[in-house]
Amino acid sequence: MKRLFLFLTALSMLLGLGGPAFADSHCMDELGCVEVGPDDPIVIASILAMSGPASFYGADTLGGIELAILGRDGMLLGRDIELVEEDSYCAAEGGQAAAQRVAADESIVGVIGTTCSGAAQGAMPIISEAGMLMISSSNTSPSLTNDDADAGGTYYPGYFRTAHNDLFQGAMGARFAVEVVKAGKVATVHDGDPYTEGLAVVMANEFAGLNGEVVFQGAVSKGDTDMSAILTEIAASGPDLVYLPVFTPESEFLVSQAANTPGLENVRMMTADGSFNADFAPNIGQAAAGVLMTGPHVSGDAYQEFLAMWAEEQPGGTDTPPSGFHAHAYDGTNLLLDAVEAVAEEKDDGTLVIGRQALRDAMAAVEDYEGLTGTLTCQEAPLYMGDCATGTALAVFEIGEAQVDEGAWPPPIVWDLSMSMGG
Amino acid sequence: MFKWKTDEFSWVDFTIDVLRILIVLGVVVGAWNTLSSGRITFAQWVNLFAAGLSQGSIYALIALGYTLVYGILLMINFAHGEVFMAGAFSAVFLAEAFNRTGFLNEQPLLAILLMIMFAGLLSMTVAILLERVAYRPLRGSPRLVPLITAIGASFFLQYTFRGLYGSGFKAYPQVKILQGAVSIGGINIPIVQIFVFCSALVLMLGLYWLVERTRVGKAMRAVSENKEVARLMGIDIDWVIMFTFGVGGFLAGSAGVINGMFRPQGVNFFMGFIPGIKAFTAAVLGGIGNIPGAMLGGLFLGVIEAIGPNLVLAGLGIPGANQLKDVIAFTMLVLVLIFRPQGILGERLSEKKA
Repeated sequence: MKRLFLFLTALSMLLGLGGPAFADSHCMDELGCVEVGPDDPIVIASILAMSGPASFYGADTLGGIELAILGRDGMLLGRDIELVEEDSYCAAEGGQAAAQRVAADESIVGVIGTTCSGAAQGAMPIISEAGMLMISSSNTSPSLTNDDADAGGTYYPGYFRTAHNDLFQGAMGARFAVEVVKAGKVATVHDGDPYTEGLAVVMANEFAGLNGEVVFQGAVSKGDTDMSAILTEIAASGPDLVYLPVFTPESEFLVSQAANTPGLENVRMMTADGSFNADFAPNIGQAAAGVLMTGPHVSGDAYQEFLAMWAEEQPGGTDTPPSGFHAHAYDGTNLLLDAVEAVAEEKDDGTLVIGRQALRDAMAAVEDYEGLTGTLTCQEAPLYMGDCATGTALAVFEIGEAQVDEGAWPPPIVWDLSMSMGG
Repeated sequence: MFKWKTDEFSWVDFTIDVLRILIVLGVVVGAWNTLSSGRITFAQWVNLFAAGLSQGSIYALIALGYTLVYGILLMINFAHGEVFMAGAFSAVFLAEAFNRTGFLNEQPLLAILLMIMFAGLLSMTVAILLERVAYRPLRGSPRLVPLITAIGASFFLQYTFRGLYGSGFKAYPQVKILQGAVSIGGINIPIVQIFVFCSALVLMLGLYWLVERTRVGKAMRAVSENKEVARLMGIDIDWVIMFTFGVGGFLAGSAGVINGMFRPQGVNFFMGFIPGIKAFTAAVLGGIGNIPGAMLGGLFLGVIEAIGPNLVLAGLGIPGANQLKDVIAFTMLVLVLIFRPQGILGERLSEKKA
């Protein structure tokens, strides 16, 4: 017994030697510091959905990150930038496991991720506890920036995002439904994922606030292929528009089977950014024509330059980005690298000292940053804790024949926020 | 409190009786609430029933593979869902090629037949290889061993096909003659559902003929009765078992294409998992090892899944009733295991099989 104790003591001393450099005298930060030796790279991590059904989002985001790093020639403060990639599978468990691996690596200054809101809920408690910060370019669930736990909020300090909050996206869908489609009754469908459920609820509340009637609120399960039961129920409730912010392929099953459901043949369908990919229309065929989609919309000269750079560098081997959040990832990565640049202090021996709390403060102080996705200002208001996007880079798209027959992408825009000013 | 009653009173029986009454009560109250509210019209019920029947025929075709193998080897081939995926995922490329050349809509029936043959033969090959490589060497080992192997084989097949065809989602192209609906007594039934039901029926009749009317079918029945005696009668057991796997695989592969006509989207390497589990449920519902039982169990499960959430759960005021479709399916499985472990058509397992 005594020998075991001695052995454990010795072991913990050994481990202690190789451990974090918190106690180092020149770190004054309350959350500790990252110390980068004179010849070491600055390490950032990505936690993205790299495998599974949502992997096209991961590839899209990773491309944005890589181009942001390339845009600085891979260098920051005279050091190489190193990217550590982790896979979160678009699930809370995946996010948790990836976050544990990231949190164990003291050299990581910050994280770009996660892809899916569900994964962020698994990852954020660990990332926050480790004193790190995470910037997401595609989480849109309102709960992630809501710090009121009693109201379902899951905000943790250190969380930021450049993606739009679904409070904006849901409101936009509701306004379009009322003002343009002239819908009086709406049915909503989610799939139990925090992102889809949150969006369905926001849309329903906004729609009701605009004097519309919400006639049906239901859910399918991920993996369902037969939607006849829920579609019959929806048809029985007699909506003018069905709002289904679920992921592919469930959204594809819903739209294609609705076309054969008596009572729903001519009802408009609206999906959201969870189905925003080029395969959606060809996979469904003719029934996809006329489907509305809310999703990220980025424009401007800087964005065109970004696309040209993508075509040249081809991150992930594609000529064009596979989804719509690459620009958000590019902005998020630049914000992180700018923050590191701003707070890093170089010591006499050439070591860089980066305070973790100082990094978070620098992110929270971002104001009027001109990014690809518009003007970013990171907020600290209730419901919008760490929200840097202002919801301007959003639009409503409508799928037409070109998307169905030729797979053209993205679909034409029928509405964006500038058009709604008068309405 | 009731301790003095224990000699004539069994807590287990009591709990089961209470459960029975509660379930019957729940079903009656839920159905009554729904029907009396008149929320769903008669035509819509018929539509749900028809969709359930079509989905059920696909479950039935896959369930037959479970039941054939169980009947002959007394093992659950949990990799059977992957055999279904193999056919469905591979034939999608053939379907795309047929669609590009226009053959699919010029000669739709021939094209679908070719796709079914292709998927069926491919799945048959996969099933036979599976038996040869993963199960035959383990024949005679404890029953848990092939079960675990089946799960391993299932992962192996999933990730092999992911490696072959990638992780993205594919979709079957639409066949023009299967679009639209026919009106039967004023109720529109989609043509594709009639097609699914009829083609499944043809395959099932074919299987029935094979098992009951041919020499090889007689051999299959003999092996399932008693392997040793069958061997003494000069039947090549290994060959019969391989043949059984092949037949099950062919049915699963054809189910893959029929499913692709019915539910074109969502074709990927993971697509066999849920149908596999559902078909296993169907096989147990009908009485595992019993061929008509698997057919009936599949149809029954499909219909219950389509009608149950709207009829019972929505009537009981349960929110998100349609999300609980799988709960209904698996609750049925639990109920059958409690109240009629031999399944709807199953006979009590004789001692040698138990």
